[in-house]
Parts: sequence; structure tokens; C-alpha cells
Amino acid sequence: MNAIYAVMEALLPFEFLRYTFMKNALLAILLITPLFGMLGTMAVDNKMAFFSDALGHSALTGIALGVVLGLQSQMVSMLLFGLVWAVLITFVKHNSRMSADTIISVFSSTSIALGLVVLSRGGAFAKYSSVLVGDVLSVTQGDLLALGLTLLAACGIWALLFNPLMITSVNAPLAKSRGVRAHGVEYAFTALVAVAVMMSIRWVGVMLINSLLIVPAAASRNVARSAASYLWFSVLFSLVSGVTGLVLSYYLNTSAGAAIVLVAALLYFATLPLRRK
Amino acid sequence: MTQITPKTPRHQHPDGAHPTVCPENAPCRLCRIEVDHLSVEMGKQVLLKDVSLHIHCGELTALIGTNGAGKTTLLRALLGQIEYTGTVRHLSSDGRPAAEVRTGYVPQQLEFDRSSPVTVMDFMAASLTPRPVFLGVSRRMRERVMAALTRTHCETLASRPLGALSGGELQRVLLALALTPQPDLLILDEPVSGVDQNGLESFYQTVDELRRKNHMAILLVSHDLDVVARYADRVVLMQGTVVRQGSPEAVFASPEFEQVFYTKGGRL
Repeated sequence: MNAIYAVMEALLPFEFLRYTFMKNALLAILLITPLFGMLGTMAVDNKMAFFSDALGHSALTGIALGVVLGLQSQMVSMLLFGLVWAVLITFVKHNSRMSADTIISVFSSTSIALGLVVLSRGGAFAKYSSVLVGDVLSVTQGDLLALGLTLLAACGIWALLFNPLMITSVNAPLAKSRGVRAHGVEYAFTALVAVAVMMSIRWVGVMLINSLLIVPAAASRNVARSAASYLWFSVLFSLVSGVTGLVLSYYLNTSAGAAIVLVAALLYFATLPLRRK
Repeated sequence: MTQITPKTPRHQHPDGAHPTVCPENAPCRLCRIEVDHLSVEMGKQVLLKDVSLHIHCGELTALIGTNGAGKTTLLRALLGQIEYTGTVRHLSSDGRPAAEVRTGYVPQQLEFDRSSPVTVMDFMAASLTPRPVFLGVSRRMRERVMAALTRTHCETLASRPLGALSGGELQRVLLALALTPQPDLLILDEPVSGVDQNGLESFYQTVDELRRKNHMAILLVSHDLDVVARYADRVVLMQGTVVRQGSPEAVFASPEFEQVFYTKGGRL
């Protein structure tokens, strides 16, 4: 780890990188943003913006569950609850005639309310409010390792999922006729998004996690002319927003997650005129 | 109501009977599909009851009927996408089970996000290779896709976004995909709804050529009885089950046809 710090100091002799917490924050951003830029493309193509929002909110219930069970770290309960929640929403969506946005809204409301009821008991919510906006400056070396492993695994799974997901987003019966297990692919994708969200939510925040998934991909759509450029522009925009937002937040002394999303939104509006008619 | 202008069917079995063997050296591995007593239930609702029919290679079999007659349900059962009771047997010309039957499918209508930057090349390559298309499409795959698109006269569309295609262009691309790799059975579900007259003619001429040259078995669902009369070798009239099947002339002249489409006020 010290070697990485040394390389960073040599390559980036900036004032804000003097502090270890800023080095860790930058590394975390370099791991989180490509992950979200990548997953965002298919979340947008499969109209899952609202779904990932609901998933972010369910982190509150995950934490609450950890508190009730008396766990040391709420990471495990968040991760497990996120996975169960993602699979459950997808299952109900497939097996109900109700429209997807209504179902997701019901699930989302339930999880926020449940989380708040448990966490605010006895006026203790202030202790957990940091999870709402996130705090990337508190990332530790152990967290970085976890984020690195998540990104690595996600890239491997992504290579397998990308083509089937793309065909399924165009037409599920057609995808099935070509041997794609459309439902399996969708479950795998939602599970992957759930893991990515839960692994990053403490650093990005419940309120902003969805923006990080959707906004860079939406901006990429303005300039991309093929599936490949769609993905790479999305990753690039995500990285640029992440690093620029972090640096801005240091100098402006403001929330890093919010600054990152703001830069991503600016990229979206700046590229809007380039959109193919 | 579409005007019906039947033409002489191209197969010489006016009574509607199938030839029992394929012509010698016919380039087909599948001779016929025998559907026996096929039923589909969803919950307590019976969607299809006791459907029996044969689909033969080198023939275009058209499924007709009013909305909700079970045509698409039958296609989905044949595609293996829903559960059914009864049997579906794929036989080669010697009457034995045909090995590894490939099915090509052109879906009814596509409702997808038309603002996605995915191109025709991306979509075709993603369907034909496991290599993720974000790593680029290999030259070999590019050539394979171009060859497939040329077959349905849409090679100029390769770099266009899928969402920017007209209805007719999209259906030709989907037909190109359904034909790669070469299927034994081609299933077309209302393939040209909302397509202009030129697009429709060119689509069915391509399909007709495939039937003749490649001796493919083709199953078509269509509401356009004019198209059915002109291109189908056999017609299967459905109404929850098979109510009549045979040559287009025989079915169109049958009392069952009149009952389904006129007496009951059925909508085409």
C-alpha cells in the first residue's frame, strides 16, 4: 500500500494528496466510478433507474437489520439484504400484472420506512445519517481492498453478461429463442447491481448512489455511436466526474458524493447538443 | 377486411395432404414437425386445447384466427418458452427423430428503447458470439454479420443504430439474424405489422426464396389474409384449438372460416 502511495505522490504532486485520507478517497473513487459507469449502461438500457434507486434506499433496512441482530459491522447485513431485496423485486415484477414502477415504489417505501423506524428508535438516527450523503474521506485500506475485489469480480461477470443483457433489453422472447436465459441474466444483473450499490453506499450515500449509476451512462448516450463507445464513454465520464468532483469537494469543503454527481450532470448537459437526432 | 386473391399453391397436393417424403437431396435435416394433442394452461385458464398439426419442410404453414385464438401461444410452446402437455416431435425424412433442430424466430413487434446507441452490427454480433461487443467486433464476425445482412438485402444498415431503423428495415435485420445460423424451422410472428407495402413484398419474397431454395419449414402467424393466400402452402385456422386446416383455398372456403371471421364478428 505504501508503494501505491509513493507512486501517487510522485505522479500527482498536488496539495490535496498530502493526506492519506485523500489518497484513499481518490483510490476509492478510481475503483467505484468505473464500476458504476460500466453497470449504468445496461441499467439505463433496461429501464432500471428507479429499481437501482429503490435498491439504494434498501441499504437503510440492511443497516437496521444489522443493528437489530447486534452485528459488529453492518456491511454483511446490508449486502445480504440488498441481494434478497433485488431478487425479490425482480421476482414480483415477473409474477405480477402490476406495472413495474408501482411494484418498485411499494418495495422502496417499505424498506425506507422499516429502516427509519428501527434506526430512529429513541432518537438515535443522527448516528446513521452519514449513510445518507456518504463519506468517501473515511475509506480505509481494508475497504479499498474490498472495493478492488468487487470491481475485479464485476468485470469478469460483466464480460459474460453484457451480450445477453443487450439482446434481452431489445426483446426477451427473441433473446430466449437464441438460447439466452433471459430471466437468469436479469437476476444476475440485478444481483450484481445490488452488490455494487451496497459495497459503495457508505462512501457515496443513499441519496446519490443512483445518480452515479445513471447520469454518466445517460451522458454517454449523448455521444456514443455504438455499444462499445457507449460503455467506454460511460466509464470515462464516470471517472472524470469522480476525480473532478473529489478535488472540487476538497477545495470547496463540501460533500464529495454531491460534487461528483454535479460534475456528471454538467457533463450530461454539456454533451446534450451532440445527441444524434 | 382484406381482399382475398388466392393464387395457385406451389405444392401439388390439393387435398391438403403432405408429401410423406422429402425430395431427394433436399438440403434439409428436418422433414416435419408433428404436434399431437398439445394443450396449454395458465392457472385455471385454458389457452390452447388439443392442437394437432404437422409442419412440413419446404412449406409455409400459416396460422390464422382472431385475436386471442392462441396463435402466439402455440408459437411460444413450439419455441419451448412455455409449458405444455401433449407431444411435439421433430422427424427427419426417414421418420426418425431429427437431431438438433435449429429454430429461427422473428418476433411480433419490438418495443425497446430506441434511443440506445446499439447498432445493427452490435446487436447481430452480440447474438452470434459470446465475446463481449464492448471489446470490439472481430473482423471475422464482422464478415459473418455482413454476409447475413446481405442475405436479406440490408447490408447498408450495419452501422445504423437499431432504434433508427424503419419497421421494414428492422424486420429484415431480424430475419437476417433468424437465418444465422441457418435454421431448420423459421417462425415468423406477425413479422410485418406496420410495414409499408414495398417492405412487405420484399420481406415475403425473401421468405419465399428461402422456402424454395433451402427447403426450410416456415411457420407464419399473420392477420393479412391476402399475404396468407399468396404465400402459404397450408393454412391452419385456430380458435383456441385447430378448427380447420388444409390448403388456403379449402380453408378460406370452409364454413368454419366464415363462422370465425364473419358470423362471430371476429376482428382481423
